[in-house]
Amino acid sequence: MSAHLQVSGLEVTVSGEHGERIRIVDDVNFEANKGEVLALIGESGSGKTTIALALMAYARRGCTISAGQIRIGDTSVLELSREQLFGFRGNRVSYVSQSAAAAFNPSKSIMDQVIETAMLHKLSSKSAARSKAIELFSSLALPNPETIGNHYPHQVSGGQLQRLMAAMALISDPDVVILDEPTTALDVTTQIEVLRAFKKVVRNRGTTAIYVSHDLSVVAQMADKIVVLKNGTVREAGETMQVLDAPSDEYTQALMAAAKPSLRVESLKKPDSETEAALLELRDVSAGFGRVDADGMPKFTILHDVNLTVERGTTLGIIGESGCGKSTLARTIAGLHPAAAGSICLDGVPLATHLSKRTRDQLRRVQIVFQNADTALNPAHTVEQVVGRPLVFYKGISADETHKRVAELLAQVKLPVDIATRRCAELSGGQKQRINLARALAAEPDIILCDEVTSALDTVVGAAILDLIAELRRELDVAFIFISHDISAVRSVCDDILVLYSGRTVEFGKRENFAAGPGHPYTDLLVSSVPELRQGWLEETSARTILRPVDNAVDVDEICAFVDRCPVRLDGICDTKRPPRLIHANGNEVLCHLPQAES
Amino acid sequence: MILLLVAKRILIAFFTLLLVSLVVFSITSLLPGDAAQELLGQSATPEIVAELREQLGLNQPGHIRYLVWLKGLLSGDPGISMVSDMPVRDIIGQRLPKSLMLAGLTAAVSVPLALLIGILSAMYRDSRLDRSLNIVTLSMIAVPEFLVATIAVIVFAVQLRWLPSITIVSPDATFGELARAFAMPVMTLCFVVVAQMARMTRAAVINQLDSPYVEMAILKGARPTRIALRHAFPNAIGPVVNAIALSLSYLLGGAIIVETIFNYPGIASLMVNAVTSRDMPLLQACAMIFSGAYLMMVLVADIVAIVSNPKLRHR
Amino acid sequence: MNRVRGAGLVGLVLVIAWGLIALFGPMLAPYEVGAIVAPDVFERMGGAHLLGSDYLGRDVLSRLLNGARFTVGLSFGAALLASSSGAALALFSAISVRWVDETVSRLMDALISIPGKILALVIVAAFGSSMVLLLLIAAVSYMPGAFRIARSLAVNLNQMEYVQVARVRGEGRVHIAIFEILPNMIHPLLADFGLRFVFVVLLLSGLSFLGLGVQPPDADLGSLVRENISGLAEVAPAIIAPALAIATLTIGVNLLIDSLASGGRSVTDEA
Repeated sequence: MSAHLQVSGLEVTVSGEHGERIRIVDDVNFEANKGEVLALIGESGSGKTTIALALMAYARRGCTISAGQIRIGDTSVLELSREQLFGFRGNRVSYVSQSAAAAFNPSKSIMDQVIETAMLHKLSSKSAARSKAIELFSSLALPNPETIGNHYPHQVSGGQLQRLMAAMALISDPDVVILDEPTTALDVTTQIEVLRAFKKVVRNRGTTAIYVSHDLSVVAQMADKIVVLKNGTVREAGETMQVLDAPSDEYTQALMAAAKPSLRVESLKKPDSETEAALLELRDVSAGFGRVDADGMPKFTILHDVNLTVERGTTLGIIGESGCGKSTLARTIAGLHPAAAGSICLDGVPLATHLSKRTRDQLRRVQIVFQNADTALNPAHTVEQVVGRPLVFYKGISADETHKRVAELLAQVKLPVDIATRRCAELSGGQKQRINLARALAAEPDIILCDEVTSALDTVVGAAILDLIAELRRELDVAFIFISHDISAVRSVCDDILVLYSGRTVEFGKRENFAAGPGHPYTDLLVSSVPELRQGWLEETSARTILRPVDNAVDVDEICAFVDRCPVRLDGICDTKRPPRLIHANGNEVLCHLPQAES
Repeated sequence: MILLLVAKRILIAFFTLLLVSLVVFSITSLLPGDAAQELLGQSATPEIVAELREQLGLNQPGHIRYLVWLKGLLSGDPGISMVSDMPVRDIIGQRLPKSLMLAGLTAAVSVPLALLIGILSAMYRDSRLDRSLNIVTLSMIAVPEFLVATIAVIVFAVQLRWLPSITIVSPDATFGELARAFAMPVMTLCFVVVAQMARMTRAAVINQLDSPYVEMAILKGARPTRIALRHAFPNAIGPVVNAIALSLSYLLGGAIIVETIFNYPGIASLMVNAVTSRDMPLLQACAMIFSGAYLMMVLVADIVAIVSNPKLRHR
Repeated sequence: MNRVRGAGLVGLVLVIAWGLIALFGPMLAPYEVGAIVAPDVFERMGGAHLLGSDYLGRDVLSRLLNGARFTVGLSFGAALLASSSGAALALFSAISVRWVDETVSRLMDALISIPGKILALVIVAAFGSSMVLLLLIAAVSYMPGAFRIARSLAVNLNQMEYVQVARVRGEGRVHIAIFEILPNMIHPLLADFGLRFVFVVLLLSGLSFLGLGVQPPDADLGSLVRENISGLAEVAPAIIAPALAIATLTIGVNLLIDSLASGGRSVTDEA
């Protein structure tokens, strides 16, 4: 008996600049049985989304499905007529896309969109479709399943939208569901909930699913089979267990290596003498935006009394989810977002809050590297102009010397010298991020602020950047502040770690203390939410209890900020009082009511 | 929230209109010549000129004259025409309805036509239809109105003798006569306005058609018509109304040539007369009407955009 | 230029042709521009006078070749002035402190609210219409639009991370404006300049057509249409030729910009 889903000889082309056809998917074959989850894994440009869309006989603008066969059940998908496709798409195969926020129509209610497929294909009455949707909402663990559909997309959170989209895909009981990076845009603590909900629904309904992802650890939880893709071709395919345990292809091995947490910094540097002032010290720094009140505090506070110290030559990791204020913290240190209160000292000397009041030498000593290398480099400039500018600006050295120094810096970030004459717009993402680092190094700074420098990069490229940072740390006497949402990246390069939640330092301490735990409940949640690269992890990790929401009338500044998500909260204490700052036995500072033993 | 935004927007419009009045007044009273001297001609004695200056308030400092003029404008009395010696209000009162009629007819024809063309070419993007429409509309925009008007006259009045080359409307004209009279001016104005509006509508709709939620609708099996009308268009309303407002405001400028060519007694040809005869009070009033109309249309478009934004409507 | 194909190529040819005519037209003219050389008024095309004769019996081709210089030259100058001053003011405004930016932007908003042709009429009424004045009038009428485009570009670029990097480095405002922001504005500004040029051509021809533009004895293409309007009933080439000349010039520029900036801003964003 043949498989439920069969893809053979699939080829997709795009038209090039001169009208020639370029193959972006080349001779791809795979198959999946009924009720199986098959993962398409690869980095950007691997063709995974293109293949997934081809399963619905859909190609994006400029792309053409030029050869191959796709069979789903008895249907030969690529031979369907235009008219037949209207009845096929959404009905037999449905799609869940990466960014639910963009894939929902902003001007229609959620319920209308969820049941649209059922209405289009006349699968059931409107009221039947509605009750089915509500049923799906509750099996996807969505809050208030009865009413959530009446909302508009912008009124619910990203994690909820992603699950609502899954409901939208399942409403028609399709033969195959395509899940295209459905959790990539989510925070890690939300991701685990969404994954759990997806897995339950897919298993219970016996749905055949195609799971598209770049993340091996996530795929390990979801998939029965894995197809590894690179540049539009299949590199390796097999059962999940076999691919993870014994990858035969070189590229798969590289992916695995990049995905495994590794320690990049062996020895922790210690300050030479106790008397020396810390290189960078923040005392009770607050920042925000909006109108400033009489006390000098802005209307919306993003950072609340942040304290931190960075010793010369060490690396501090700052971790937190999106919106926790970690980027604002970097911008505040750099003087781009002036602090409203508190002090920032460099080598014991207070820095002005706004960068225009800082001396040129102070500016030189603190450099910042931004997340998005595409926008951090001026596309109109050449690499030499970009890297050479700090040299000319701070040191005023001659053109000849600049040229020589730029070559040295490029070598330091492992780029060929001849790249110097290229325009920044022509470079790849990884190359751009190296140029970004080289520009910061050119100023010979004491500290470099790295804001999410690897998150826009593919896993393998990002791992190489982490290696580079670790190496620079060893070779140069420069300190780093490494800001990331990815705790394994932070753990692999940092000496100290600061956990930021809702603008507050909830835990601060040595790196090695974070592997063992327990610490602040949020840190524990964060650490335990990172998927491990093995099957069965998701099942072993206990599901979280759904918490009763906290009374909205309480001023959140007067209670624990984490209380509404805390699994171990003490009612009557955590939701009424501000938590104290405790020093745990391992030396970590923790902002929590709970004594260490209980957590 | 919506009310607050709308109120704020209206306030800005008024403030801008105030600035416009300041600009218009400054330009027109920085006159090198002397209005009194000009009115009376070279033969007038200095005494008579001085008397008239007094009478016209020309001896007062600029800011006082501005305030007096502004007050008159706000109370609906923008002064006395220097040339015809009639109140500007009366002259404009006769002409304004005719201009509004022309603009209204043009809008009634052009808006549905432009939306149709715009949406069609967005739906069939890069097809042969779309590409030809692109070149046609692109050329239509670049053609001066007087070329369109002259060609229209040559074809319909001179060669075919279907239509009169001058628009004269008697009060007791039948519908057929009216249609014949307005055909050419409306056609000429539509020619340019439709092209502009259609292009902007196309861009606005395409912008929505490129969004992920449209791809999602395709993957649900929705048909193109449904996608364009039910999914994309509701989100394109803001930009499309903006396109309509901007294009219709072009009517204001385009009407100058068209009214002159067809000898149509509207505000625009009145303004051209005011320029040739340097009738400043009349000119100022006309300029304010045109600017006010522009601001009004842009204001309406902005308010529609605010009200049609789902993020503001459903909070 | 290798991206220019099809309609864009037609545009390119038209633009080059009109550029050459503006430069060398008067030298190519077969007859003296003001001389009455034909036996008859409103002669047909062909014969001794390729485009016939005008309402006084002057050679239409010669007048056209001379008139193109005024239309193209004045418009080019005015558009250049409008675009460059608009861009300069926008850059200045975008990097200035907030209240300066607010003030300049509000004032420009007010100027934009006076439709270009109306503003031009007001200025003509107040100051007359010499060549220099016409150039200034056209520049002033279309500068606010150029300002608005350039400012929104500059404000967006000002938010870019590379500009923030420069700021953190301690670079001055002027350096940031000229070295970091300006180079990335050039492309869209060039397309916008082409649009301004088209607007100015239409504005100046319109003014001349109304008798408020270029004054006799000089004549631009718009004046040629006006002075021969009495030939309309005879469908004289004297009126068709200059009108078509304007159309080919503006259509040419539009087609060229459209093919260069495909997918970018379109000609319809009149401002």
